[in-house]
Amino acid sequence: MKVSREEILHIAKLANLNLKEEEVDTYLLHLQDILNFANIVNNAPVDGLQETIGANDNYNVFRKDEVEVFEDNEALLQNAPEEERNMFKIPKVIQ
Amino acid sequence: MEITELTVHELKEKLDKKELTITQITKAYVDRMKEKENDVQAFVNTLEKEALEKAEDIENKVKNGEMQGEYVGIPIGIKDNICTKGVKTTCSSKMLENFVAPYDATVVERLNEEGLINLGKLNMDEFAMGASTEYSAFKKTRNPWNLNTVPGGSSGGSAAAVASNMVPWALGSDTGGSIRQPASFCGVVGLKPTYSLVSRYGLVAFASSLDQIGPITKDVEDSAILLNIIAGHDRRDTTSENIEKKDYTKALKNDVKGMKIGIPKEYFGEGINSEVKEKLYEAIEKYKELGAEVEEFSLDIADYALATYYIIACAEASSNLGRFDGIRYGYRTKNFTSLKDIYRNSRSEGFGAEVKRRIILGTYVLSSGYYDAYYKKAQQVRTLVKKEFDKAFEKYDVLLTPTSPNVAFEIGTKSNNPLEMYLADICTVSVNIAGLPGISIPCGVNSEGMPIGMQLIGPKFGEENLLNAAYTYEQAVKFREKYKPEFKK
Repeated sequence: MKVSREEILHIAKLANLNLKEEEVDTYLLHLQDILNFANIVNNAPVDGLQETIGANDNYNVFRKDEVEVFEDNEALLQNAPEEERNMFKIPKVIQ
Repeated sequence: MEITELTVHELKEKLDKKELTITQITKAYVDRMKEKENDVQAFVNTLEKEALEKAEDIENKVKNGEMQGEYVGIPIGIKDNICTKGVKTTCSSKMLENFVAPYDATVVERLNEEGLINLGKLNMDEFAMGASTEYSAFKKTRNPWNLNTVPGGSSGGSAAAVASNMVPWALGSDTGGSIRQPASFCGVVGLKPTYSLVSRYGLVAFASSLDQIGPITKDVEDSAILLNIIAGHDRRDTTSENIEKKDYTKALKNDVKGMKIGIPKEYFGEGINSEVKEKLYEAIEKYKELGAEVEEFSLDIADYALATYYIIACAEASSNLGRFDGIRYGYRTKNFTSLKDIYRNSRSEGFGAEVKRRIILGTYVLSSGYYDAYYKKAQQVRTLVKKEFDKAFEKYDVLLTPTSPNVAFEIGTKSNNPLEMYLADICTVSVNIAGLPGISIPCGVNSEGMPIGMQLIGPKFGEENLLNAAYTYEQAVKFREKYKPEFKK
């Protein structure tokens, strides 16, 4: 499958990434290269085979829904790029 | 023999006989780090002072009978994508350069319960994406056998630190070969356990259905010991299997008589370097001498598995790495006016080129219009790969292949060609796709003295046979007695 410039810009937008002009060309080239190789999966004899979503067969692992309080607020907030009064700070979103 | 040359089981023996003390051992490693780290660059963050203090503290507790782990006081190095409370966990990324985990990973809790001492956090490819450790945002780790070559990746810091005796053993993580391939490049032992045997809680996720933490050690016995410490059910990882706890050291029988070893002939094809093949054939002969029943068979899945791996791993990564948005932790851009700017600019500035490449590939294969052709197909191929392995294990106890098609390559020779770098994983990825255990052990050196690794693969939860097969070969060949890294410049 041939990937277009527009497509890669669209994908980058979906992934919340900005690409510089010169990056677009490199990523386009690499993505095309890798996809050409990955296309081999379309020749695999998989007719009638189910999809595997994980390495083990566990399905719906349940536990009691109990609240566990994480005490160390300070440790959590010390990683915040910006905080105020024990809360994460972000720019204004409501105009 | 120098203290730092000893394996962990040898250190333990000396501790038990009171020939060495806990502080002497830690001190020896700290001195070794000072001597070798400048050349090897294995650590993102060393903890010399903390380790020495902890050694003293533990030594006192042991004297007073307050601590009694079997391996209490043994130092260890930890890959920098495994969360350590109060100590930075960077994933070798600018995104997490200043991140201090608020909790310990389950495996780290287990190391602490045992009384192990953390010597530092080890370098890796950014977010474990790579096969050479060149994609670290901070430094390039060098291979102790030849400092101009890569240590492999992504657990390159872990393997290089063990090979250069800066740590007695280390934890790595393996998503497509990231424990086994660097172990092979650095002439040490690397075990990727069965998926779900070791808890992933606190391992920064790359591809959740493939990631697994495991030991990188000097020999097979140490590998079994470290697996004993870290394996076991954890309710905080819902994929973690609740199976009976085993003592893997009991499996080391030094006997493979009657063991059935399958050689998948497709793993010895034209892409494999001839010197690598030659050493592997010698290893196969050795197994025959030791009484194993060796047989060649066909397992024609390597190319499919590699393509499938890159589709699935990148798809999962694109989703897992969505959490890095510059809000609660991690890098935040200085350049923003809106919330959207924070997301996009933080991610674009915080992630390195390879991570972005994989996020883009992953987003592409999951996007509407391509999902069926790539992602869905890959999930079906995953079923095919599992079935082919199931069939093989009806006949064989373990499978034997090269770990990597080549020995360690020169720094800078592959980092600009992603596809070529990906092809280096051809022998290892199918093990992750099927969730199996695999181990890499050294089986010789090439004409330039660079180590060559042999991979053994077992069925799910077949670690005992796997470790015994590796151990028996190791005892017969004694690689460590013959070859040592020379720190060639």
